[in-house]
Amino acid sequence: MTQQEWPLWEVFIRSKQGLDHKHVGSLHAADATMAIQNARDVYTRRLEGVSIWVVESTHVHASNPDDAAAFYEPANDKIYRHPTFYQVPDSIKHM
Amino acid sequence: MTDDFTPTPALATVTETQRKMLPFVLQLADTSLILAHRLSEWCGHGPILEQDLAMANIALDLLGEARSYYQYAAELEGQGRTEDDLAYLRPAVEYRNPLLVEQPNQDFAHTIVRQFLYDAFHYHLLLQLQQGPDAHLAAIAEKSVKEAAYHIKWSSEWLIRLGDGTDESRRRIEKAIRNLWRFGGELTMPTATEQTLQAAGLVPDYAALQQQINAHVARVFEEATLPVPENVFAQQGGKDGRHSEHLGYLLAELQYMQRTYPGMQW
Repeated sequence: MTQQEWPLWEVFIRSKQGLDHKHVGSLHAADATMAIQNARDVYTRRLEGVSIWVVESTHVHASNPDDAAAFYEPANDKIYRHPTFYQVPDSIKHM
Repeated sequence: MTDDFTPTPALATVTETQRKMLPFVLQLADTSLILAHRLSEWCGHGPILEQDLAMANIALDLLGEARSYYQYAAELEGQGRTEDDLAYLRPAVEYRNPLLVEQPNQDFAHTIVRQFLYDAFHYHLLLQLQQGPDAHLAAIAEKSVKEAAYHIKWSSEWLIRLGDGTDESRRRIEKAIRNLWRFGGELTMPTATEQTLQAAGLVPDYAALQQQINAHVARVFEEATLPVPENVFAQQGGKDGRHSEHLGYLLAELQYMQRTYPGMQW
């Protein structure tokens, strides 16, 4: 089968030095070079970024929404996993 | 008018030397405006959404650059005409853009070849103008050269993809090169006005510029596996106001709003 559509890419932009790259959306491109150039044209028109990452969408593996109950609900009653469970002595500063 | 346009500050006084630059500044303004209009015709018709935006972005860059030149030209002229009067209310014979930029979009390959030929000239010209004796023009060039550097990256990338791509893309890009190459020469053929300004050291020497352009074009064509056409007759006249029939139709659309609703603003 010949591929008719260009693959989809996920775009991540760093808005300024020191911050994380954040997912901003996706676009189509034939390869990584074109994806970065397209990302520049589509997602950085209004000074949004100083750095761009692109990842082909097929390389992103997601959890299954059907697993939500098994994955996330068991954490509901384990509040002791939060650091707030512990008493911080008054003498400890900057916490 | 555009997203992020900052007007250049007004001149305190216009020197005699600066005033001589008026026809050259208008030529730069017309060239940017007409190519911006051609690219904007793609808006909503691009081959894919991402390239539709890319061409609209380049059109806006060129329109912003055109505004800077028109504002400067209006000040140099000193007759009370505004940038809008110069851009929208002159007849076709007064436009000084080279023939290349008024050529119709046709297919994407033609648009890319037209853009690449112009970008190669534009980018290297701006590098020179940045160093030029006219401080106001140098300031506009300094701002625009960053945009032009991206334009030539974009059009080179596509020239390489189409040249070294599929049978169909190769056929189309070769056809576009055959159809448009003869309009490239005019860019660096000085008019009588340009020769006078060059002799006075006010406009860069085009022979040296041509060498830089040729080297750049050769590099990109080699990567695109395309032969650089040789000994092509150069069609000229646009810079002297002798245009192809395409400009009249383009201006009819470009000027429609100002002519129908004079003085309209938005």
